[in-house]
Amino acid sequence: MTTAAVAQGSIIYLEDVTVEYDGFKALDALNFFMDYRELRVVIGPNGAGKTTLLDVITGKVQPSAGRVIFGKNTDLAGRRENEIASLGIGRKFQTPSIFANLTVRENLELALARASKGVLATLRARLDGDQRARMDAALEAIGLEAEAGRRAGGLSHGQKQWLEIGMVIVQDAELLLVDEPVAGMTDEETEKTGRLLQDVARERAVLVIEHDMEFVRRIARTVTVLHEGSVLCEGPVDRVQRDERVLEVYLGRSRDEQAGGHA
Amino acid sequence: MRTREGWALAILAVAVVVVLPALNALPNGSPLHVSDFTLNLFGKFLTYAILALGIDLIWGYAGVLSLGHGVFFGLGAYAMGMHLMLEIGTQGVYRNVLPDFMVWNQVTELPLFWKPFYSPVFTLLAVLAVPGIVAAVFGFLTFRSRIRGVYFSIITQALALCAWLTFNRNAMNLGGTNGLSGFKTIFGFSLNDAATQRGLYVASAVCLCLAFLLCRWIVRSPAGKVLVAIRDSETRVLFCGYSPAAFKLFVFTVSAVLAGVAGSLYVGQVGIITPARIGVLPSIEMIIWVAVGGRGTLLGPVVGAVGVNWLQSLLTTHYPDLWILVLGGMFVTVVLFFPDGVVGTIQKMSGRFRRVRADFKFDQTGGERPPDSSTEGGYAPLVLPRPQTPPPPRGPGS
Repeated sequence: MTTAAVAQGSIIYLEDVTVEYDGFKALDALNFFMDYRELRVVIGPNGAGKTTLLDVITGKVQPSAGRVIFGKNTDLAGRRENEIASLGIGRKFQTPSIFANLTVRENLELALARASKGVLATLRARLDGDQRARMDAALEAIGLEAEAGRRAGGLSHGQKQWLEIGMVIVQDAELLLVDEPVAGMTDEETEKTGRLLQDVARERAVLVIEHDMEFVRRIARTVTVLHEGSVLCEGPVDRVQRDERVLEVYLGRSRDEQAGGHA
Repeated sequence: MRTREGWALAILAVAVVVVLPALNALPNGSPLHVSDFTLNLFGKFLTYAILALGIDLIWGYAGVLSLGHGVFFGLGAYAMGMHLMLEIGTQGVYRNVLPDFMVWNQVTELPLFWKPFYSPVFTLLAVLAVPGIVAAVFGFLTFRSRIRGVYFSIITQALALCAWLTFNRNAMNLGGTNGLSGFKTIFGFSLNDAATQRGLYVASAVCLCLAFLLCRWIVRSPAGKVLVAIRDSETRVLFCGYSPAAFKLFVFTVSAVLAGVAGSLYVGQVGIITPARIGVLPSIEMIIWVAVGGRGTLLGPVVGAVGVNWLQSLLTTHYPDLWILVLGGMFVTVVLFFPDGVVGTIQKMSGRFRRVRADFKFDQTGGERPPDSSTEGGYAPLVLPRPQTPPPPRGPGS
């Protein structure tokens, strides 16, 4: 595949992106792209640059070199986080970050896509029927209809994670970035999260960072392995798991952990 | 319940705006007569309440602790005070058109920046604009650089200290340590007249009601939810597509303007404004009013400002040495045991009661369970950031 072809059909496209922290290269000339409606899982050992990859896409970190292109030809360089969020990139953090003192419904309402999210527009904003419908649909998808009026701080850990995924859904993001969604979840919750992400990926592109190999096997179509800030290997999950280099760097010295997976 | 609350507030507003001054207008011998002194005292408390509402907006809702609101209060007070000084004209001690302190300091000509304050219209605009602009510029520089939490508080405290030092200097031509005083009239009405003081009281009460309605409109709008969201997780707000800096700047400016209005009403009723009212200590005292009354509720700061100051005036008349201990004790008690303040704690308790009652009904009828009251939010200890609960660690090999 040529670079031009890649750039055209991809929702996100990173070209030779380098991020340096005090001389340490968190990302080293990374090339990465994703198709529309793709569900991609990114794995890699600690310090491989997974979270930095999300930071670069969402504008939290500015790359020292390289380009980040969203959609057809939107260059994300130099844009602020809220601007990038408004363009249609949603992010779910590793630890659940929801608004504890607002209700579940209010949490979704804030995340909801609005014509303008400026101060004066927000002061006068009212929900229209379409927005209500979208919120109800999201509540159903994340299974929190019964909790809609509850204070979000009182939700269980798993419910908070789903609420945050729901917030990214109503935000109307074309690209969802999800950082370790099942960390700290029970097996049952993990399964529900997997189904939720797969549902979401029918309409939008989803990038998931995950350590839990069992979970990765369950949801992934394509897996990207990061190592020392660049792509080590990319492909279907079975092939990646058999790849010699992956076994060496990701699973490291103790091959026993291969079954258990995460750190 | 919302309408009942509305009625209660309306009755309270009528009592404060109409009944109290009407009782003051009664003849002196009448048993219900409210003395000029008492009315004047409450007029001062009401200006503090306006100020406290503004602090609550930025601190109670958006979670940004400003330790420099004395500055904005002072800017409003000085703006009005300058006009009142010029109104004295040649009636001062030195029979000079210049304010007395300038004659004393051997200033021969009115400084240029004093001249526009001859105009009442300019003065009223300055009362709003000067604190507003200072807050907007200061807020723009700090919020844009993402200075938050304790760091923001410390910088605002530095601002208060700077303002105090600046206003103390005689070279500023603002009366130095003695400030501005000796006013005779306000917009032509004699300040010694009981009717004028009553008018100022009513103006303060009306402004308080308007400020309350303004704050209520803000916190109930979606933007108000954004403010609470900023308190909970600023990063999440950013990634929801809002600019937390813009919202904080807006609400900081609104709160500074409220402080300025409060200061302008204060100066006519108290008759003096000095740098001692705008420094670090008064700024912290203002925070205590809001903390005691209850952050994050709109009634809380009003109750706190009036309550704490009333208590102060009662105690200082009888036990002057005790007051500072009571104030400190009150603050410590609130910080340690009632982070929601008086109003917040009462609301929380009545919310719990309502829930128990609702649960009981739910059990009996099997009807739909009412949603959890969102008042059960609660605050982390003052200033310190809310600790994030980490997800439970996943056991190895699970």
